[in-house]
Amino acid sequence: MKVLTLLEAVTDGLRTEMAADQSVVVFGQDVGVEGGVFRATAGLQRDFGESRCFDTPLQESGIVGAAIGMAVAGLKPVVEIQFTGFALSAFNQIANHAARIRNRTRGALTAPLVVRTPYGGGIRAPEHHSESTEALFGSVPGLKVVVPSTPHDAKGLLIAAIRDPDPVIFLEPARAYRAVRQQVPEESFAIQIGKAKVEAEGSELTLVSYGAQMIEARQARARLAAQGRSVELIDLRTIYPFDAETIIRSVRKTGRLLVVHEGPQSFGVASELIATVLDKAFESLLAPPCRLTGPDIIFPLPRAERFYLISADAIIAEAGKVLAYEP
Amino acid sequence: MLSILDVSGTVRTPPEGFPLLSDEQALTSYRTMILARAADEWALSLNRQGRMPTYALNEGQEANSVGALMALRSDDWFVPAFRELGGLLMRGVTLAQYYCYWYGNEEGSRLPPDKFHMMPIAVPVGSQMVHAVGLAWAERYKGKDRVAVTFMGEGATSEGDFHEACNLAGVWKAGVIFYAQNNHWAISLPWEKQSASRTLAEKAFAYGFEGVRVDGNDIFAVYAAVKVAAERARSGGGPTLIEGLTYRLGAHTTSDDPTRYRKDEEVKRWRERDPIIRLERYLLGREILTAEDMRAIREESLAWARRSFEEVEQLDDPSFEDTYRYLYSDVPSILGEQMERRKA
Repeated sequence: MKVLTLLEAVTDGLRTEMAADQSVVVFGQDVGVEGGVFRATAGLQRDFGESRCFDTPLQESGIVGAAIGMAVAGLKPVVEIQFTGFALSAFNQIANHAARIRNRTRGALTAPLVVRTPYGGGIRAPEHHSESTEALFGSVPGLKVVVPSTPHDAKGLLIAAIRDPDPVIFLEPARAYRAVRQQVPEESFAIQIGKAKVEAEGSELTLVSYGAQMIEARQARARLAAQGRSVELIDLRTIYPFDAETIIRSVRKTGRLLVVHEGPQSFGVASELIATVLDKAFESLLAPPCRLTGPDIIFPLPRAERFYLISADAIIAEAGKVLAYEP
Repeated sequence: MLSILDVSGTVRTPPEGFPLLSDEQALTSYRTMILARAADEWALSLNRQGRMPTYALNEGQEANSVGALMALRSDDWFVPAFRELGGLLMRGVTLAQYYCYWYGNEEGSRLPPDKFHMMPIAVPVGSQMVHAVGLAWAERYKGKDRVAVTFMGEGATSEGDFHEACNLAGVWKAGVIFYAQNNHWAISLPWEKQSASRTLAEKAFAYGFEGVRVDGNDIFAVYAAVKVAAERARSGGGPTLIEGLTYRLGAHTTSDDPTRYRKDEEVKRWRERDPIIRLERYLLGREILTAEDMRAIREESLAWARRSFEEVEQLDDPSFEDTYRYLYSDVPSILGEQMERRKA
């Protein structure tokens, strides 16, 4: 075991799979010599050579499109898009080709690539650097969308994503990159995509979140526990295909649900999870399932980003309402 | 413009280093072009009978993809757009499989890579070119000398992905051949309004690689240009952009009526430059085929087209499960549940 930040765990995951599998290649803007704008690929070019980790021209669509060709030819490309806002330049390649090539060819051709991109706000960044686009990618049939919230999961999920036979959008919570340190196994390990994690058990309320928002969700749970309230905290980890089973099992136990995420409210992940719970666990509900999400606004520039972000206080207040609800 | 076989069917000595088609290759090209032409004719007729959905026609452009695929190895990657029927036939795709795709069944794109080394038909215009760059890069990475050819229309060169593909291929010196079929019309938009470039080929120079304009209705010129480009790509000399000057004699698709936007005289002028007519003159002149042989080949081809479509009409439609099962390596449980619910 060694203590790593989430960012270091991403590097460790890449390094582990590159060492294990010659077909893994890592490329994107500034990922080679510089090691990425956040340093997620630091040292990989030095250690694996320029043929395994290299810089590309500034062209997101070209990067993902080339990765599709490489994946069809049997490689396992892992590309970095510097910020999720710029991934939209590659959306045509992601949604119209990467996600569809298997279905289009009845499984004859596949594109097992990984698109890594930092996402989310709270990093005092310029426009287009703070968005949460998980629902956008999650609504494209053919994609898998994964969001780690801890260093341990970042390594295990990234290794799973690279080994996955389908295209995976790997969203890395930029605000959590250096905020969390954790013991991470030095050896290779994979965490199954599509499985949420019950991070802490509880009996009165199911609190579901993912990504950087897990930081505040954990704080909220701890403070609620200090007040004598028992909250079950679930880290969703995979946006699609999401783990309905784990959430339903939890809601059947607690009868109350609060979903918290940074992405905008309308047509968001919380809406989907709540609809699923209403469908599958309606009789178990003791209160209306609730969501606390980013508003349907454009993510503000740094001077106003505090109006967007969701604090532990806000989660506690919302959780209090759900807990207090009497039918 | 590289031109070898003129309208009269006479072959001029090509510039040094540009090879000529052998008699056998010329004959194979002819048979393939005739089959493609017959397939189009029959598809158009089927569409008018209400038996075939929207279909993109290849008429007049057959020499481009047939000549290009003739110049490549069968394990070089082929990344088509959607007007390369001749190329698909050269690659071993059966007419029945091609019809199956246009008939509306994904089975038509089931193309195992070890057998076909090709991508399926790409619909979003221009988006396929960059796949060829990645395929070529991957082959070099694996230590193979396979190259990749990708096709596009002149309209696709206005798309951002044309720039991204050319730029990336130039920087990577990728073993790619970009073959632009300049058929003069992107649905209703003429070439003059598509680009202010004098030629399409000259765009290559800005990306740091060779560009060449060929008579795309001249199977000899297409073959020679692609052969030279493929050797360059294979030996690490980087990409080539080939502009095949050609003409879409028919409609964009069966849903289009070209009389709304272009003049009959223009079409008539280009009919005289039909790639098949000049190849027939050449084959007759060299006594490779007689007029009688040609009539027989045309009849056989039309009969083959009819049989191929009958075969497709006999096929089962995709099953209900097929519409779910190929999205992922395994059907995720939330999707499996949707499937069960819809089935019930």
